Amino acid sequence: MTPDLILFLTLAAVAVATAVGMLASRNAVYSVLFLVMNFITVAVLYLLLNAAFIAMVQVTVYAGAIMVLFLFVVMLLGAERSAGDERLRWQRPAAAVLGLTLLGETGYVLFAGATTSGGLPGAVVGDFGSPAAVGLMLFNDYLVPIEVASLLLLVAMVGAIVLSRDDRKKAR
Amino acid sequence: MPLREVAAGVGLFGSAAWIIAFPVLGLVLNLVLGRRLGERFTGVVASGAVALSFGIAVLQFLALRAAPEGARVMVADWIAIGSLSVPWALKIDTLSVTMMLMVTGVSTLIHIYAAGYMHDDVRFQGDPGRYTRFFVYFNLFVACMMILVTGDSFLTLFVGWEGVGLCSYLLIGFWYEKGAGGIGNALAGKKAFITNRIGDFGFLIAMFLAFWAFGSLRFDEVFQRAEEAGPAAVGVITGITLFLLLGAAGKSAQLPLVVWLPDAMAGPTPVSALIHAATMVTAGVYMIVRNHVLFDLAPFSSNAVTWVGGLTALFAATVAVGQYDIKKVLAYSTISQLGFMVAAAGLGAYVAAMFHLLTHAFFKALLFLSAGSVIQGVEKGHQHAGEHAAGPDRHEAPFDPNDMRTMGGLRRRMPVTFWVYLIGALALAGIPPLAGFFSKDEILAEASRIHPAVYGLLTAAAFLTAFYMGRQIWLVFFGSPRSAPSAHAEESRLVVTGPLVALAGLAILGGALNLPGLPALASWLGRTLGEAEAAAFNPLVALVSILLALVAIAAAWLLYGRRPLAEGEADPLRRLLGPVFVGIQNKWWIDEFYDWLVVRRYVRLAAFLAEVIDGRFWHDWFHDTLMARSFRMGTRWLAEAFDLRVIDGAANGLADLIKAAAGRLHRLQTGFVRNYALALFLGAVGLLAYFLLQR
Amino acid sequence: MNVPTSYVVGLSALLFTLGVIGVLVRRNAIVVFMSVELMLNAGNLAFIAFARASQSLGGQVFVFFTIAVAAAEVAVGLALIVTIFKAKHSIDIDQMSSLKG
Repeated sequence: MTPDLILFLTLAAVAVATAVGMLASRNAVYSVLFLVMNFITVAVLYLLLNAAFIAMVQVTVYAGAIMVLFLFVVMLLGAERSAGDERLRWQRPAAAVLGLTLLGETGYVLFAGATTSGGLPGAVVGDFGSPAAVGLMLFNDYLVPIEVASLLLLVAMVGAIVLSRDDRKKAR
Repeated sequence: MPLREVAAGVGLFGSAAWIIAFPVLGLVLNLVLGRRLGERFTGVVASGAVALSFGIAVLQFLALRAAPEGARVMVADWIAIGSLSVPWALKIDTLSVTMMLMVTGVSTLIHIYAAGYMHDDVRFQGDPGRYTRFFVYFNLFVACMMILVTGDSFLTLFVGWEGVGLCSYLLIGFWYEKGAGGIGNALAGKKAFITNRIGDFGFLIAMFLAFWAFGSLRFDEVFQRAEEAGPAAVGVITGITLFLLLGAAGKSAQLPLVVWLPDAMAGPTPVSALIHAATMVTAGVYMIVRNHVLFDLAPFSSNAVTWVGGLTALFAATVAVGQYDIKKVLAYSTISQLGFMVAAAGLGAYVAAMFHLLTHAFFKALLFLSAGSVIQGVEKGHQHAGEHAAGPDRHEAPFDPNDMRTMGGLRRRMPVTFWVYLIGALALAGIPPLAGFFSKDEILAEASRIHPAVYGLLTAAAFLTAFYMGRQIWLVFFGSPRSAPSAHAEESRLVVTGPLVALAGLAILGGALNLPGLPALASWLGRTLGEAEAAAFNPLVALVSILLALVAIAAAWLLYGRRPLAEGEADPLRRLLGPVFVGIQNKWWIDEFYDWLVVRRYVRLAAFLAEVIDGRFWHDWFHDTLMARSFRMGTRWLAEAFDLRVIDGAANGLADLIKAAAGRLHRLQTGFVRNYALALFLGAVGLLAYFLLQR
Repeated sequence: MNVPTSYVVGLSALLFTLGVIGVLVRRNAIVVFMSVELMLNAGNLAFIAFARASQSLGGQVFVFFTIAVAAAEVAVGLALIVTIFKAKHSIDIDQMSSLKG
C-alpha cells in the first residue's frame, strides 16, 4: 500500500461519490455542483498522471465554463424538481443490470484477461505533459485538427445563437 | 416418234395453250362482270370463248397438216422431284387435235343453244340470277376438257379428268334445291361424283403402277419403256391397263359403274348434251385409245375391255326400251353407244372407236338438244294451257315435261325439232347414208372379224337401238297429243333451233370422215396410233345391220305407230314381254342391287362410325367424360384447393404475419428517449460480451 | 504516480457506468446531459492513463480536442433544451415522446 495508491484510492472514492451524488440528487442545482466537484477531482487525478496542462484545461473549460453554462440553464428553466410518476418501471432494474454487466465485462478485461495493463507505468521523461510539450505537439502534428476544432466552435456558437433566437421578434 | 418440243407462244403449235386459256378467260369475265352486264353479254362471252378455242383447234389442225408427227408444247414447269418430272406440256398430235376439234366445235354449238335454252329454263325454275353461274361452269368444263385432251402425261390428263368430273357434279346439281324431295338433283350430282371417284381411284392406281414400273408419267416415255420391257412386264402392264379400264368405266359409265349417267339427266339439257353425251363420257374412250400401246401389250386387259363394252351395250339397250322419260332413253342409249366404242377399243379397232366417238357426238348432242327443245316446247304449252284453262285443270298432278306418255303429235306443233330429231334418230339407228351407219358398221365389221361373241352382243344392241329410237319417235311426234301441254306446245326460237340444224348437218355428212374407200380419219389418226390395218369393208355385216335396223323400226311402228298410244294407256310392250318389261323398266334393279350390296352397308358403317365411334366414344366419352371432366376437376382443384387455399393463403398469411409482427414490433417504438438509450447500451454491452467471449 | 494503469482505467470504467446509469434513469433532460458529460470525462481519464502508460502525448492531445468538442456540444445542446422548454414548458424527457409508433 504505497502512498500513491492511497492517494489514488482517496481521489477515486471522492470521484465516485460525487458522481453518485450527481445521479441521486433530486435538486438539479445540487447535481450540477456535484458534477463540478467530480470534474475537479478528475483534474487532480490528471495532475497526478503527469497531465498538467490538461488538468488546467479541465478546470478552466470543463468545470469553469461548461458547468457554469449548465448552471445558467438550470437557473433559467427553474427545473429544480422533477414531477410526475415514473412511467417506465422497468427502466431502473434494466439499467442496474446493464451497469453491472458492463462493470463485469470491463473488470474481466482489465483484471482477468491476458492484457498487459497490470503493470506499473514507467518513469516519465522530462516535461511530459507540460504545456510547452503539449503545445509543441499540437501546433506541429495536430495543426489541422486545431483549425477544424476552431471552426467547430464557431459553428457551435452560431448554432446556439440561432437556436435561442426569439421568433417573435422575427415576425415583425 | 420423237416429238418436236415447242415453247408456248412460238408458231402455230405454240398457240395451243390458248385453247385452254380462252375458256378460262371467258369464265373469269363472266364471273366478275356477268351478273352486272346481263344475259346477252354472258352468253356471247361464253360462246365466244369456246368459239375462239375452236379457232385455235383449227390452227392446230393446220399445223399438223404441215408437220403430221405433232409437237409437244411446253407451257410451264410443274413438278420436279427426284426422278419424277412432270412439266405442264401439251401433246399436240392427230388424236388430241381430233378430240379438240370435236369438243370445241360441238361445245360452241351447244353454248349458243344454251344461251337461248337457259333463258327460258331459269325462268321456268324461278331463279333468273343463276344464268351467269351456268355459263361459268360451262366454260370451266370446256377448259378442263381441253386440259384432259392435251395432256402430255398421266398426271396432266388426270387434272383435266378430275376437273370435268367436278364440272359434271356442279352442273348436274345446278338446280340443287329442286328434284325429288327438294334434294333429288343434289343427290344425283353426288351419285355421279362418287361413282366417278371410284373410277378415279382406278386411274390413280394405274398411274402409280406406271410410275413404279417405268419411272415416268409422260405418255411417250411410258410407252417406249413398256415396249422395250417386252414380255417381262406383261403382268404390270396388265395391272395398269385393268385399273385404267376401271377409270374409263367410271368416266364413260360402263358396267359396273353405269348407274350415275341416268341420274345425271337431272341436270339441264345442254349439260346432258355436252357433258353426258359428247365430251366427258367419251374421255374414257379417249383415254383407252391414248394408252393403246399398253393395251396392245396386254391382251387379257383388251379382252376384258371388249367384254365390258359389249355387255354394257346390250344391258343399256334393253333398259332403254322400257323408259318413258325422253332423256332417260337417250341416256341409256348413250351408255349403250359408249359400250360400242369401248368394245371397239378393246378389239384394237381404235380408229373405229374414235370414228364412232365423233359421229356419236354429233347425233347424240343433236338428239339431246332436240329433246331439250321438245321439253321446253311442252313447258311453254303447259304455261299456256294453265292460262287458258280454269277451275279443274288447275288441280292437276305435278306436271313432268319429260314424260313421253304425255306427249304425242308434236311433229305438227314443232316441225323443225321433229325433222332434226328424226335425222338424229336415224343416224343413231344406223341407217345409211347418215353418219352413224358408217361408224357403227366399222365396229361391227371388226367385231365379226376378231370376236364373234361380242359381235353377237353388239348386233343385238344395235337392233334394240333402232327399236327404241323408233318407239321414241312414234310416241313423241306422231299420234295425237295426250295432254293439254302437248296440245299447246310451241316451237323453240332460232337461237335454239339454229345449232340443231347445224348438228343435223354434221350428223348427215359426218360419215364422210371415214368412208370405206376413203379412210381419211384412219390415215389421219394413223400418224399417232401407228399404221393399223385399214378395216376392210364387210358387205355382209353391213347388209345384216341395215336389215336388222329396218326390222326394228318396223316392229316399233307396229307397236307404237300403227295405233298410236292413247292418253292413259299402258305401254303395249308390257303385254308382250310381261315380267321382262318390269325388269327393263326398273333398269334390272341395278341401283337397288348396289344399294343392298354396298350403299346400305356403307351408310350403316358411316352411321356407326359417326354415332358410336365419333359421337359416343370419342366425343362423349373421351372428350367430355375423360378429358373435359378430368381437366375440369384438375382446374377446379387448382382453382379452389390450390389457388384459393394455398396460394391465397400464403399471400394473405404473409400479409397477416407481417401485420401481426408489425403490431408487436411497433410497441418497441415507445417514443421515450430513455428506452432508446437503453436499447443502445444493451447493444453495446452485448457486442462487448460477444467479443470477449470470442477470445 | 505509480499506480497500475488498470486501476485508473477501472475507475474510468466505473465513472462511465455511472454515467450510463444516469442517462438511463434520470428524467431531467439537463441531468441526462450532465451524465453524458460524465461519460465523456471518464473517457478522457482513460486516455490520460494510457498516455501516461505509453509515454505518448497523443492521448493528452486527444483529450484536449475532446474537451473542445464537449464544449461546443454543450453550447448547442443547452440551446436546444431551452428551445424545447419554450415549446413544451417542461424538460421531462419522458414527455418528449411524439416519435411514439
